[in-house]
This record gives sequence, structure tokens and C-alpha cells, in this order.
Amino acid sequence: MTTLLETRHLEMKFGAVYAARDVNITINEGEILGVIGSNGAGKTTFVNMVTGYLSPTSGDIIYRGNKITGKATRDITRLGICRSFQIPQLFPELPVLENMLIALTIAKQEKPSLFRPAIDRALEDEAHELLSHFDIDQYADQLIQTLPQGVRKLVDIAMATVAKPDLLFLDEPTSGVSADEKMEFMRVLIAALKTTKTAVLFIEHDMEIVEEFSPRCVAFYEGTILADGPTDEVLQDDKVREFVIGSEFHRTPTDAAPKEGAQQC
Amino acid sequence: MTKHLDRTEIGLLVALPLLICIAFVLPKWIVNYVHVSMGTGLVALGVMIQMRAGLVSFGQGLYFCVGGYAAGMTGKFLGVTDFFVLLSAGIAAALCLSFVLGFLLRRYREIFYAMLSLAISMILFGLLSSTEELGSTDGFNLPTASYFGWSPTGETARLTLYTLTCFIAIGCAIALNRFLKSRVGYVNEAIRENELRVEYLGTSAHNAVHLTYVVAAVVSAIGGVLWALPLGHVDPEMTNWTTSGQFVFVSILSGTGNIAAPLIGTFLLEIIRVYAVELSPNTWQLILGSVMLFTIIFLPKGLWSLITSKQKSSKKIGASAPKPGE
Repeated sequence: MTTLLETRHLEMKFGAVYAARDVNITINEGEILGVIGSNGAGKTTFVNMVTGYLSPTSGDIIYRGNKITGKATRDITRLGICRSFQIPQLFPELPVLENMLIALTIAKQEKPSLFRPAIDRALEDEAHELLSHFDIDQYADQLIQTLPQGVRKLVDIAMATVAKPDLLFLDEPTSGVSADEKMEFMRVLIAALKTTKTAVLFIEHDMEIVEEFSPRCVAFYEGTILADGPTDEVLQDDKVREFVIGSEFHRTPTDAAPKEGAQQC
Repeated sequence: MTKHLDRTEIGLLVALPLLICIAFVLPKWIVNYVHVSMGTGLVALGVMIQMRAGLVSFGQGLYFCVGGYAAGMTGKFLGVTDFFVLLSAGIAAALCLSFVLGFLLRRYREIFYAMLSLAISMILFGLLSSTEELGSTDGFNLPTASYFGWSPTGETARLTLYTLTCFIAIGCAIALNRFLKSRVGYVNEAIRENELRVEYLGTSAHNAVHLTYVVAAVVSAIGGVLWALPLGHVDPEMTNWTTSGQFVFVSILSGTGNIAAPLIGTFLLEIIRVYAVELSPNTWQLILGSVMLFTIIFLPKGLWSLITSKQKSSKKIGASAPKPGE
């Protein structure tokens, strides 16, 4: 498998606090990777650094063999790395369709055009098609601010995919989605993303979802990587169970007994 | 040809001959108000396109003044009277100044953008007020315009200038309508809503704001030239905060829903002011203030929202809107 992204000794300090320390992660083309960790473990900081929102204190970010450390967010998006947000970042007073059209028109035309109409019939059709992909075309004419959180999340993710990224970061895609709908939500999402063979890194707190949808998993703890490997192995790792997921998550009845000193996150 | 034009553009093109015709039909004082309203209306358009990006310029009088003064100085010091050269001088001055200042303004938003634009315009006000060569607070006169060597006088000069003003004002309005529908126009709407997302979609919000600032400056300078030539005079009041405030007033009164709104709003403001002064010569500002207050309370999206809400309600008849749900 070809390496898409590699981080080397990535470090982020806020004053005396380390938000990330010696973070080394490799993501391969088309891979689906789950990231777990309690609040403040450094998951979102990692995504913020790779996507250019934060500039790391030290370390390198290599994308397709080229160093992208410290590049502007928009330049990183143009290279093919996109993201969705824990709190959907949309244009709340505009309809869903217009949100998608804005995303599409930015993705399509790199050079600003002053007088050429940005939107035509073909672009509208493409926006509807994208919305259908995520099963939200029925909301096309509704204002974002009137939509439930689950739909907003999907619009947020759909907007992140318009630039046809090679690598997509999803920051807690199921947060705000009701427990009953999480699995179905992720099924729709992963099915839509698999058609484009996009590599996906998703941050998640629900271990069942991580287990179901990501063959590989990375566990963060206090800014460092606690474990990185096949999901079932990571979820059974003693340190991960102790510091990240707690002892109550178990896959077999034999694991049901809590270990001494285990913490629930 | 019409398939490339939207309803607003067709409306503006239809309005063009009507505007020209009123010069021959309506009383001279109304035509004069229409004439100067087109100049100031273009500045209001400049304010409006910035408002689309969520930016309120309290100092748009700066470019209104730069346009007028650049045209006036070209006439005064170079002896040029050609309308098109004077217009080009106004455009060039605004283009250069806004391009440089844009690097500063593009970094600020909300009240900081408003206050900074106001501060810059007041610096120019101070400079012009204390420059004796340019007439200090009295300003100076502009030459009567000629057109490629043809120098009309009297009524012919007035009508020629009026007709050209109509063409240029409508041309600018159509160009700005295209601008709002272009990629930059959409990016501006997105900036108003969520700048972080704009950057994550892969474009620079700073560049879009800079470009919009320059376009607004150029159109305001054109307005300044078109306003100064029929009056034949410029003075520092053009860049005073009260003048800039008027442009913001018009944009709020008319709304940002359509490119034609500020042009109509400017004319309405002139008419309201005329009658307010006639009705109450010493306290006419009270009437203007009340109009503003009622507009904000009852029509927060301006007078144009009366038209759009009517269109929307007629569209809704017979159509069932999809319901939000999980």
C-alpha cells in the first residue's frame, strides 16, 4: 500500500502544556483509520495540525512525499486533504443546496472570476447528486439552521468531499447523532466515501463504531500515541483499556471482569 | 441575447431608456436629483457589495472623494477637460489607493473594519481640509466636461452628461450584478456566514475581501466623478463621516437583496430629505432618523425585502415545503 500521509515527531505546545508529543502516524491510500482517546487527548489537535489550522511546534508532516508542515489551510485542501468538524461548520442562513454550490464553485475554479456566473445547471445537478450520495437531497431547499444535528453533520461531511480529497478527516462524525441512528449514519457515510476510495481518518468515542468500520485504530492519551494497530488488538491493549476506553468495554464474556485501576472515559 | 441576462439585468436595461427619457419629461429639479442620485447610488452599491461579505464600511466617502478630487485635480492642474480622461483619472486613483489599503483592511472584520475604514476616510478629510492648494474646506471647481474634443454648452452639456451618467450607472450596476453572481460573489456570502469553512474549502477569504474592497472603491470613485461633474465642485465634505454615513443609511434602507435596491434607495433618500427639509427645516434629521428606525424595526432586510417577500409568498401557493426531521 502506498503511504499517503506521514507525521514525524509531531509536537504541539500551548505554553507549558503539550497537546501533542512525538506523534508518528502513517496513513495509506484508501485506508480507513479510527482514532480514539478521551477529551483533551490530542486527537483534534492532530487533525488541526495536519490540515494547517495549527502550526506544529516541531516535527514534520509529509504528504505524498512532500513536506506540508505549516502550509495554509486552503493550500492543504487544494492538495487533497479535507476535513469535517465536530461542530458542523456550515453557512447557517443559506439553504443546503447553496452550501453545496458554494463548496463546488470554490472547488471547481481556482482562479477568481469577476463576471462569469459561478453557478449553472450542471453545477446544480452535481450538487443534487452529491446530496443524494449522502441521502440528504430531500433537505436541499431548507436552511441549515432549521435542520437537525444529524443532517447538519452529513452536510458538513458532504461539503468536505466536494474537492474529491484523497484524505478525509472526520472529527467525531456521530456526535450529536442519536444512539439508535449512529450505526446507520456511519453506514451511509462510509458507503458514500468508499465509492471514491478516499482514505478516511475518523475520530470516534463509540468503540462499537470503531470496531465496525475501521480495520486499524490509533489510541491517543495526553498528546501521545498509546497504541496503533489492528482495531481488535488496540481495543484489547491493556494500556488502552486502562487509560482510554475503560474496562467496561469488552468483546468477549471473559473480558467482563473489571481490572484493578481501570478508568472509564 | 436575453438568455445571458437575468431579470435584474433586463430590468436595468429597460430602465435605461426610461431614465434618459425623464430628462425631457420631468421637471428639472427632479432630473437633477436623479442625476446626483446615480453618482451617490454607485457609492451605496460599493457599500452594498461589501455588506454581502458581512463588512460595513463607514468610510466609503473616501473613494467617493478620491474619484471627485482626482477628476478635479486632473482638470485643475493638467488642464484636461475630457470626460473620459477625468473618469479614468478617478478610477486609476481609487484603484491604486484601494489596492494598497486593501492589504490592511482585508485583515479586519466587523466593527474593526468599519472603524478602520472610517479612520482612513477621516485622515483624508483632515488632509484635504488643511491643503490650501486644493481650496481647504471650500474645495475647488471642476471644468465643464468635453467629449473627445466636443465641448457642448448650456442645456446640451447638461443632457449629454446626464445621458452618459445613465449609461455608466446602469453599466456599473449590471457589472456588479455579475460580480455578485460570480465565484467571488458567492465566496463573499460564505465569508459573511463562516470564514473558517471558506478557508477549509480551499480559497482565501483575505483575497476575496481585498478584491471586493477594490471593486467597491472603483465603483465609488466612478460615483464620485459622476456626482462632481454636474455640480462642478468638490470639497472635503465628500469624505466626511456624515457623507459616508449616508451611504450606509441607503444600504440599510434599501437592503442588500438586489443590485437595483441601493440605486432606488439613494433616490428615495434624496426625496425624503427634500420633503423633510421643507416640512421641518430645523429638525429634518429627526424625520430621516425616524425613517431609519422604522425601517430597521419593521424591515430589517430593507425596502427590497418587500418585493422578495411578495415573490416568495406567491411561489409558495400550491407548493408544500419539505418538513425538517431526523
